[in-house]
Amino acid sequence: MQKPILEIKGLHKRFGDHHVLRGIDFSVAAGERIAIIGGSGSGKSTFLRCMNFMETLSEGEIWLDGKRIGTERNGQVTYPERQLCAVRERVGMVFQQFNLFPHMTVLQNVMEGLVTVKGMAREQAREIALQELDKVGLSEKVDAWPGRLSGGQQQRVAIARALSMKPEILLFDEPTSSLDPELVGEVLRVINHLAEEGRTMLLVTHELGFAYHFATKVIFLADGVFHEVGTPDEVLKNPRQARTQEFLRRFGEFAF
Amino acid sequence: MDYSWDFGPVIARFDMLAIGFLNTIKIAIVSILLGVVVGLVLVLMRLSPRKWLSWPAAIFIEFYRNTPPIVHFFWFFYALPVLLSVSLDPYVAAVLALSTQSGAFYAEVFRGGIVSIERGQWEGARALGMTHAALMRRIIVPQAISRMVPPFIERSFELLKTTALASTLAYADLLYQAMMVNAETFRPLEVYTTIALMYLVLLVTASQLARLAEARLTAYQ
Ligand SMILES: Nc1ncnc2c1ncn2[C@@H]1O[C@H](COP(=O)(O)OP(=O)(O)O)[C@@H](O)[C@H]1O
Ligand SMILES: [Mg+2]
Repeated sequence: MQKPILEIKGLHKRFGDHHVLRGIDFSVAAGERIAIIGGSGSGKSTFLRCMNFMETLSEGEIWLDGKRIGTERNGQVTYPERQLCAVRERVGMVFQQFNLFPHMTVLQNVMEGLVTVKGMAREQAREIALQELDKVGLSEKVDAWPGRLSGGQQQRVAIARALSMKPEILLFDEPTSSLDPELVGEVLRVINHLAEEGRTMLLVTHELGFAYHFATKVIFLADGVFHEVGTPDEVLKNPRQARTQEFLRRFGEFAF
Repeated sequence: MDYSWDFGPVIARFDMLAIGFLNTIKIAIVSILLGVVVGLVLVLMRLSPRKWLSWPAAIFIEFYRNTPPIVHFFWFFYALPVLLSVSLDPYVAAVLALSTQSGAFYAEVFRGGIVSIERGQWEGARALGMTHAALMRRIIVPQAISRMVPPFIERSFELLKTTALASTLAYADLLYQAMMVNAETFRPLEVYTTIALMYLVLLVTASQLARLAEARLTAYQ
C-alpha cells in the first residue's frame, strides 16, 4: 500500500444538535478512486465538503501529504484562511449545480483560478485554460457564456476549471444528478478519462453502474459512519452488511 | 376663477432660481458620492462576522430608516454644533444629513445585492482557493452590482427630492430661492409652479441618464 496522501482521523461533524458524521477514520492513497454511496441526507456531501474545508470540522483531523491541516496552539486548533485556500488549491471540487460564474465566459471561468489564485500571467493562464477545455471537448465554446450551454457542457467546463488548478485530489459531489439523462454520459466519459490518467478522486454518486467500473474502492455511508468499505465487487455485488444490501435492493437492478 | 397669470416678475428674478437649481444639483451630487462612501463602510461593517462591527452598523441603519429626514437636518444644524461647540454652515449640515441618510439606505441596497448572490457562487469561488477578499472582488460584487443598480437609482431619486429640506436650514437650494423670490414678488402660484417644473425637468433628465447607466452596468445578462 502506498503512502496515503489524504488521511482523516476521528472526523465528526455536527450541525447544531444534528450529529451528521460520527467518527470517520480513513485514508486515500495516490491514484485511488473512491465512490461514496448512501441514502439521501446520510452526510455524503458533508463528508466530501469536510475534505476541502467547505465545512468546518466539529472534531477530528485531516492530514494532507503527511501534514496536518490547521494550526494548533495551546490545544486549540485554528484554520487560518491562507492555509485553507492553499488546501483548496490542492483539493479541487466539482459541484452538482456546476457553480460556474455567469458573468464570465467559459474561457474566463477556467482562467479565473489561475489568474486570481495562482497569480499567473493572463497569457499563460489562457494557454492552460484552452488545453483543459480541449480535454473536455469544449474548444468550440470558449467564448460562450455559461448560461448558453447545456447542463452537460456546463459541468464539463466546471471540471476543466477544477483541473486547471492541477489539484492532487478531485472531489465530485453528484456531478450528474442535476443533468437530463441524455447528458449524463458525456460527463461520465470525461470523469472516466480522468480515471485513465490515474488521478486521485472521490466521487459521491447514485450512478451505481458507473461507480462499479470507475472505483477502486466503494464506501457505503450510513448513520454517520462508513458502514461498509471494500472493492466494487465486495460492496456493490456481495455486500456483507444488511443495511448495504437493503440500500442496494431499493436501487433495484442496475447494469454493471 | 379670474386669476390673471403673470410670469413677468418670476422671469425677472429667474437668475435667483437658476442659482437655486444649480445648488440643488450640487448638493445632490456631493451627497450621493459621500453617501456611497458611507454606504460602503456601513455594508462592510454590517456583513462582518465581528459583532462589534456589525452591530453599530445595524443600529445606525435602523436609526435612519425609522426617523424622519427633517429631524436629521435639524440635528446636524442645531444639535451637533452644541456637541462640537462650533456652528456648522447650512451647506455642511445639509450634506451631512443627506449623505448619512442615503448612506444608511445605500448600505441596505448594497447588502441586498450581495446576499442575493446564490450560495453556489460563493462556494464555486472558495473551492478554487480564493480568499474572501478575492471572491468578493472577482465574483460576488461584479454580479451584485447589476442587481443593485435599480434600487440604487431609486434611492438616489429620493435623495434628490429630499434636498428640498435643506431650505429649512436656509441653504440656497431651489426651494429656498423660490421662497425668496416669492417674498419679493408675491406671486406664489407662478413661483412654485415654475420650480415644480424645474424639479420635474431635473428628475426626468436624471432618470434618462440613469437608464443609460443601467443598460451599461447590466449588459452581460
Ligand atoms: N449547512 C447545514 N446546516 C444544517 N444542516 C445541514 C447543513 N448541511 C447539511 N445538513 C444536514 O446534514 C445532513 C446530511 O446532509 P448532506 O451531507 O447534504 O447529505 P447527502 O449529501 O448524503 O444527501 C442532512 O440531514 C442535512 O439536512
Ligand atoms: Mg448531497
